[in-house]
Amino acid sequence: MSAQKIIPARHWGQRLVAVFLIAIVAFAIYMVATSRHISWSTIPQYIFDETILDGIRLTILFTVLSMVISIVAGAILATMRLASNPVLSSFASLYIWFFRGTPLLVQIIFWFNIQLFIPSIDLGFLQMDTNVVVTAFVAALLALSLNEAAYMAEIIRGGLLAIDDGQNEAAKALGYTPAQAMIRIIFPQALRVIIPPIGNQTISMLKTTSLVSVVAAQDLLTRAQNIYARNFLIIELLIVASLWYLLMTTIATALQYMIEQHFGRSSRQPVGSWRAALRVLRAEGTKG
Amino acid sequence: MNAPMNSRSKVVEAIDVHKSFGPLEVLKGINLAVRKGEVVCLLGPSGSGKSTFLRCINHLERMTQGRILVDGQLIGYHERGGALDEMSGRELAVQRRDIGMVFQRFNLFAHQNVLTNISQAPILNRGQSKDAAVARAKELLKMVDLEGREQAYPNQLSGGQQQRVAIARALAMDPKLMLFDEPTSALDPELVGEVLGVMRKLAADGMTMIVVTHEMAFARDVADRVVFMDQGVVVEEGPARDVIDNPQHERTRAFLKRMH
Repeated sequence: MSAQKIIPARHWGQRLVAVFLIAIVAFAIYMVATSRHISWSTIPQYIFDETILDGIRLTILFTVLSMVISIVAGAILATMRLASNPVLSSFASLYIWFFRGTPLLVQIIFWFNIQLFIPSIDLGFLQMDTNVVVTAFVAALLALSLNEAAYMAEIIRGGLLAIDDGQNEAAKALGYTPAQAMIRIIFPQALRVIIPPIGNQTISMLKTTSLVSVVAAQDLLTRAQNIYARNFLIIELLIVASLWYLLMTTIATALQYMIEQHFGRSSRQPVGSWRAALRVLRAEGTKG
Repeated sequence: MNAPMNSRSKVVEAIDVHKSFGPLEVLKGINLAVRKGEVVCLLGPSGSGKSTFLRCINHLERMTQGRILVDGQLIGYHERGGALDEMSGRELAVQRRDIGMVFQRFNLFAHQNVLTNISQAPILNRGQSKDAAVARAKELLKMVDLEGREQAYPNQLSGGQQQRVAIARALAMDPKLMLFDEPTSALDPELVGEVLGVMRKLAADGMTMIVVTHEMAFARDVADRVVFMDQGVVVEEGPARDVIDNPQHERTRAFLKRMH
């Protein structure tokens, strides 16, 4: 008897949807590419424009500074939230509630207009006009950092809580001081839990910084807007900005992957780079 | 004033230890003295307070009343003007360096390999050189029959192997006293023997040990003394064979009957 051929299920529904999707995407590409209203030739002209490059520098600066500040502030808030003193933990909860509960856009505009209710800063030895201190840059950085700190606090708290209490007890029993236990035992393990979401927040922050364009903080989007306000190449400059945002997030995603591999080391068997690469291509999540 | 002459040979002295969780009193005045080199097993049904009492000895649990002395030193508190002032985390850490503890669920540091698990505490907290700590760690691994597993991570080891590493880790601090909190309860039955074997070796070497366990055969063979606890009090104590083979108290009898 000859072996019978085995034919896997054909999934006709999926095939139909796939054809439909290809048609839509092809049509969209055709529409954009053949549009007479987009002047394609101007895009290469602006992609390395000095103003745009300056904007990119500032966008990266905003991202890095606000992430660093928010991680430090978030760690402090997370520690306060876990403290036994009710005033400390309530303060942290209130902070997180407030800064997550109001729109970031509102917070940016608020910091930019702070001089309306604090016209001047008086430290006794030093008196200054608030407008001089809180420039668009400072207002934007404050808003991004303070807002992000609230999210970071929850991420870090989650990471610390994910570590089994037995780890802390074992460290105590071996005579580690509380600081040693935190630095040597708890935090390194929490880091594995904390790093993936911090990576996601950083990638998200690269794009969120574009919100500061409402106070003309000179980031990438502000610069693109400045240019198209003069020459009306609105779509073209938005494409230029989008290309740069895509490039930055792609690089950040690759960095995130490398960092996660590094920190995932001890708890999992090392993953071969080939298998890892395949997994990225298939866009699978890492299995804990 | 709390170190009378006869306490010199006592490694542990617990006096009237009480502990409550909210309205629930789990320890109702425990008294216990353990001499140098003695092996004492704490027996009793779950919920009898034996683990809680053990955890009071290195102040992982804060007692509500009473005092515990290890090597004549009051654990966890400063006595000031008739009150007991709890020590800071740093002061507690110093006291705990002399008291080894082995947990039911091993609690090896998951992000460190076996060698670091064992050698880090002596380097950090005993001022040992890295070379000395590593050499000692290897010696201890040999003692617990895990030679050559220095580079393994805890999740690559069986439960029995992890528990033996945990014992080596505690011993690396050269403790005066070892506390075992149900060290074999989380193990598959076929792995219990290898851990008890290491504990027998330790006992034979003269280590002072307090062991919370349900292993009656181990208690009978290895312990100098067993203490039977139920509902937060010591019901009966005495030489291991006497208590296990010929229990005097009704509650002890009922418990032992269930264990066999």
